[in-house]
Amino acid sequence: MAQQKKNTKPAVELLQKCPTGIKGLDEITGGGLPQGRPTLVCGGTGCGKTLMAMEFVVRGTMHYDEPGIYMSFEEKSEELVRNFASLGFDLNDLVARKRLVLDYVHIDKSEIEETGAYDLEGLFIRIGYAINSIGAKRVVLDTIETLFSCFADEVILRAELKRLFTFLKNQGVTAIITGEQGERTLTRFGLEEYVADCVIFLNHQVAEQIATRRMRIVKYRGSAHGTNEYPFLIDKEGFSVMPVSSLGLDHAASTERVSTGVERLDTMLGGKGYYRGSSILVTGTAGTGKTSLAAHFVDAACQRGEKCLYFAFEESRNQIIRNMRSIGIDLEQWANKGLLEFRNSRPTLYGLEMHLVTMHKAIETFNPAIVVVDPISNLIAAASATEVKSMLSRLIDFLKMKQITAFCTDLTAVDGGLERTEVGISSLTDTWLLLQVMEESGERNRGLYILKSRGMHHSNQVREFCLSGDGILLQDVYIGTGGVLTGSARIGQEAKDKAEMLARRQEIERKQGEIERKKAVVEAQIAALRSGFEAEKDELERSINREQLRQNILAEEAQTMARTRKADNLLSTGGSAAKGAKTRKRER
Amino acid sequence: MTRERKNAGPRPGQDPSAAVDWELRLYVAGQTPKSIIAFANLKKICEEHLEGKYRIEVIDLMVNPQLAKGDQILALPTLVRKLPEPVMKIIGDLSNTDRVLVGLDIKPLT
Repeated sequence: MAQQKKNTKPAVELLQKCPTGIKGLDEITGGGLPQGRPTLVCGGTGCGKTLMAMEFVVRGTMHYDEPGIYMSFEEKSEELVRNFASLGFDLNDLVARKRLVLDYVHIDKSEIEETGAYDLEGLFIRIGYAINSIGAKRVVLDTIETLFSCFADEVILRAELKRLFTFLKNQGVTAIITGEQGERTLTRFGLEEYVADCVIFLNHQVAEQIATRRMRIVKYRGSAHGTNEYPFLIDKEGFSVMPVSSLGLDHAASTERVSTGVERLDTMLGGKGYYRGSSILVTGTAGTGKTSLAAHFVDAACQRGEKCLYFAFEESRNQIIRNMRSIGIDLEQWANKGLLEFRNSRPTLYGLEMHLVTMHKAIETFNPAIVVVDPISNLIAAASATEVKSMLSRLIDFLKMKQITAFCTDLTAVDGGLERTEVGISSLTDTWLLLQVMEESGERNRGLYILKSRGMHHSNQVREFCLSGDGILLQDVYIGTGGVLTGSARIGQEAKDKAEMLARRQEIERKQGEIERKKAVVEAQIAALRSGFEAEKDELERSINREQLRQNILAEEAQTMARTRKADNLLSTGGSAAKGAKTRKRER
Repeated sequence: MTRERKNAGPRPGQDPSAAVDWELRLYVAGQTPKSIIAFANLKKICEEHLEGKYRIEVIDLMVNPQLAKGDQILALPTLVRKLPEPVMKIIGDLSNTDRVLVGLDIKPLT
């Protein structure tokens, strides 16, 4: 379909494109609308044709220095000025500066009487004059189909329209012609016959009471283009298209790690936390602390000065702030500092695609480092599970492309398997935390597991997950003789263990004391014996001395006796005589 | 401005700018066959039915393109009945005399 006409020319001159300045549209069309050619924008009532056309002209004058003509067949110039003032376009100013011509073409069928052959040269002259007056490069005719209701002679009209489009091409202007959607055809009067180069179709569908706007490029001669239906958004900043399905898997992978905000969880994840730009999924049944885990992550990021965007589908901004204050996290300070932004909406507010587009837009404008989606499972309310999955995969791809860390929570049904996400996106995520309720001895306690964490060492241990006034505390669960215990059972078991240990320690201490005591007793006995021995020894030594003294005295006395008797032999009796002999010998 | 003014069927001594009952404006784009036929047809009809009571102003949009906006001219040739009010528009080369008379709201003289 594309490239038919162009390829017949030998000259390798590529089709020049005219950027529209409309967010996303230039990406889908690969640069804009065909330069110097008319483009048909068609769709049903209220699908945004006029807005798109006007943005094309206004953005052309503002960003690309291309003055434009807006020729309206339906709305009066003053009405247009008023309508577009809400988008921040000051059309009067542009008109005054000769950047824009607003031309309201009024045709009243009741005033017109046809009396023979005519042509639409008057319209041509009018357009030509307007183009020349400001040197316009862009022209919008909105909607030229009105002509069909005013002029009876369709044969003339069709011939003239053909001439009009040739005229526009010859003028070298890039034109948008809008057309109402027909029953079976793109436009009610078959305008696409004349504008064959580029046709854009706008659609506004309502499915299950939820409206979604989509656009599709039906054809684009001489250029490749995205062929999908792209959702688009009309908001206070105008028209924006999100080429969300065109993302690939070639995003960069950062090795930088970001803290989870819970110290022990960091430890469990190889000591450093999540990878930057990875996607984290937290699943769990109701009331397991998913939002609290998200709040910790956000708090930690804000403390590092990173920007966070929080999409909440369940709670209001103030409710989250209040609730997180109860676990000691003040999110309001970050919100006030502009680091944290909440986007709260009910999933049923609009269609899934619109959610995606709004999220894209919010991410593009806020440019956060971290995005929290809480919870993704609620989006099911807006569409079917497969659609949610495809939407989330595109969202995650988009976030990965931008190196934004995605933190998604997912509420699992109690009856469903725990290791199953409601929307089946677990394979899309890099780190998957499971919060599980452990029911035991009449109480519910929370357990935290890391089911997977790509590209890092992570703990295989279950941790008990406690919420306190100071935030999340991760406790080791009790694994011992009593089995795996959590909560008060764990505390009870721990106390019991403690008591047992204490008793054992006391026993050991008691026995050690006994040894000491016995030792003391023995030592006392030794001391007593020794002192007894010492006393006896003294006694004996004393008596030995006494005996010796006596013997000496006796010997002295014998000597003295002998000397008095003048005996030769001084030996008298026994030993003392011998001693006496000795003494004598010495004397000699 | 080079607006071309033709007072068809003036009576001798009559001031061209004097008030007339019928003020007609014919928009054309150059001297095309259609515009020539239209002018001839118009003149014929006026002479027949409005003798002396009308004034025709021919506006060539090729010369004065800015005038197309004022009377909301799209089709050419277009005859605009400025007076008597209300303003009526008759498009085409005016070859269908009956319809021109209906459009100008002129009762044919019988």
